[in-house]
Amino acid sequence: MQVNEELIKKVIAEVLQEVMGEQAKTSSPTATLPQRGGKMTLVEVGVAKKGTDPKEVVVAIPPAFGTVFTETIVGVPHSEVLRQVFAGIEEEGLKPRLVRVYHTADVGFIAHQGAKLSGSGIGIGILSRGTTVIHQRDLNPLNNLELFPQAPLLDAEVFRAIGRNAAKYAKGEHPTPVPTRNDPMARPRYQGIAALLHNKEVRYLDRSKSPMELEVRFE
Amino acid sequence: MAEKKSKRFEVLNNRPVHKDGFIAEWVDVGLYAMGSPKDPVPSIKIENGKITEMDGKKRDDFDMIEQFIANYAIDIEIAPQAMAKSDLELAKMLVDPNVSRNEVTKIFQGLTPAKINNVMDCLNIVEIMMGISKMRSRKTPANQAHITSAKDHPVQLAADAAEGALRGFVELETTVGVNRYAPLNALSLLIGSQTGRPGVLTQCALEEAFELQIGMRGLTSYAETVSVYGTESVFIDGDDTPWSKAFLASAYASRGLKMRFTSGTGSEVQMGAAEGKSMLYLETRCVMITKGAGVQGLQNGSISCIGVPGAVPSGLRAVAAENLITVTLDMEVASGNDQTFSHSDLRRTARTIPQLFSGTDLIFSGYSGVPNYDNMFAGSNWDIEDMDDYLAIQRDFKVDGGNKPVSEEEVVAVRNKAARALQAVYDALGFPPITDAEVEAATYANGSKDLPDRNVTEDLRAAERLLNEGINGIDIVKILAQRGFRDIAEAIVMMMRQRVSGDYLQTSAWIDSDGTVYSAVNDPNDYQGPGTGYRISEERWKEIKEIPWAIRPEDV
Repeated sequence: MQVNEELIKKVIAEVLQEVMGEQAKTSSPTATLPQRGGKMTLVEVGVAKKGTDPKEVVVAIPPAFGTVFTETIVGVPHSEVLRQVFAGIEEEGLKPRLVRVYHTADVGFIAHQGAKLSGSGIGIGILSRGTTVIHQRDLNPLNNLELFPQAPLLDAEVFRAIGRNAAKYAKGEHPTPVPTRNDPMARPRYQGIAALLHNKEVRYLDRSKSPMELEVRFE
Repeated sequence: MAEKKSKRFEVLNNRPVHKDGFIAEWVDVGLYAMGSPKDPVPSIKIENGKITEMDGKKRDDFDMIEQFIANYAIDIEIAPQAMAKSDLELAKMLVDPNVSRNEVTKIFQGLTPAKINNVMDCLNIVEIMMGISKMRSRKTPANQAHITSAKDHPVQLAADAAEGALRGFVELETTVGVNRYAPLNALSLLIGSQTGRPGVLTQCALEEAFELQIGMRGLTSYAETVSVYGTESVFIDGDDTPWSKAFLASAYASRGLKMRFTSGTGSEVQMGAAEGKSMLYLETRCVMITKGAGVQGLQNGSISCIGVPGAVPSGLRAVAAENLITVTLDMEVASGNDQTFSHSDLRRTARTIPQLFSGTDLIFSGYSGVPNYDNMFAGSNWDIEDMDDYLAIQRDFKVDGGNKPVSEEEVVAVRNKAARALQAVYDALGFPPITDAEVEAATYANGSKDLPDRNVTEDLRAAERLLNEGINGIDIVKILAQRGFRDIAEAIVMMMRQRVSGDYLQTSAWIDSDGTVYSAVNDPNDYQGPGTGYRISEERWKEIKEIPWAIRPEDV
């Protein structure tokens, strides 16, 4: 079955408008960052190894991220997602490292895998539709440091703040968690579509394949 | 020339229902509510006291769920007789008032998942409702609320818990915006609930190990977010098996804590792992895992996946059917209605009718006791701002939804008392102070927007201390008694005694103000047609009738 792209686009445009409008109303202290499109290239450079650098934060993504899918459920380009998360990490003086996890599409386990590979023990997992978790390697996989379950509410600004906070955890700080946004009506609008997208996401899993190191070039 | 557009269609397209996501069925991945052509065909073979074939599969080919169900969930004594009946014959038993509830539960415990699934597909929605009304475990229906805060504001949580308890909810459930706030949220609910009405059960829905720990400390009294799934791969993704869940269930029972499992249509396909089976077939397996694990009850009715069955044809019929399966297998059902489901007020009301009009053990699981912007379960189908509509519907149809009208004075009083009690406890524990201004704000607040922000970092340190220093229910009791809140202290002691007596571990239990436990044991559903089963008492009807805003003839 084909997803009705037009419907999805219409819904996405409407929600973006709603989310942006909401932000203007709540007079958020930081200005909304412009959403740049832009392309990126992701190149696999071998099996991901456990890092030793305490200054790195690992960002982990599933197989379809930036390949089959190129944007989140509300149309934030994957290149922009990574650019913002990386920028957030770098702002805190730390280094981002990107890996692709093949064996699971569960965001908690993706993030935990990232954390286990990370020299600092901190990892960020991001699904293609945008759902994100900040994880720490000593926690249970289903626990987390911060969880952002409502993908439709995550924009460039939030992704940058997620990168920043992950880096702060890596430095041993206790940052104030990124303010949780809550749109009770995201579910009726998006859950069915999210189920469709996820059924496509899992088609690219390979349960026997190890996580791979990725090199990313933003163009 | 611009294409001419119908004004009628413009109006229709702008209605709230058009903001909902609707999706056509996708049989191959299981984006299908019930009765999929890819669902298994029922069969059973029993040899030497063992099920050797089930629903077209040989024992050697069973996945772990089928193995668990075949070993623990099917009564092989009754199975041959039960499986020999036609789908229609079994469906008729569910609605026939002349067949007793006991007889039906006995027969249905001999059925395989595919058989139960087929029986459900014989019923229309009114018959499903009829079945729920007849098969529900406890005679008297009840309701549960969510009490959460977008700011995880401890004082707001205590005040709202008190109000929720006063309004008649028998269980209150909280969760967090920020994970590490959890111990403080549990504490607020404990104090608030016992201020509003002694006996109200509370839980803090979080990661399972934490839930168990906080329950053992006496800060919560039940749990319901122990999730089970209908396919093996989703179970494995969660690092679990039916056996590990059964083990966890017994951990709760051994500590005298009530618990139920959670499942719901749509979760497997949401995770991309439905193996091409319909949502209801997979949910039938979840209900049977719960039965096999010996757990007293189940929260189902799609729960957090409601947007998935809600998007496909016959989805809400499947959701009501899963509630029916749970009670037919003789368990408590906490029947959903607990998540935002639609932009349309008409659709969201219709979604609740099957459970509200039939009556279930817990109609909502739960009803948002706070405005939905504060609901950290991502919003419920109904929230506190809909409460007067809910009370009006109870009165319109003479139906017991578990809630009662309250006066503004009573609400303000219990909110204030709960806030002050929490203030005293924070002070005694050396937690970040709760100011009089916060108490005042929480007393009169509608939601967290009406409360000042707290210092989150300092609160989180207090939450860590609560965990690390082993602070427990008895510590809280001592403080409350010393600080002039003896009645709340006594209520908490009563709740802790319940763990020793264990009566509230029985199916469908709730606890009354004096500590009396009502369950399927001493309040069993004995519906056998008109004049039997649950009938609203005169006293309760008076309570439901008397909404404060109705105009009385004598006042005009």
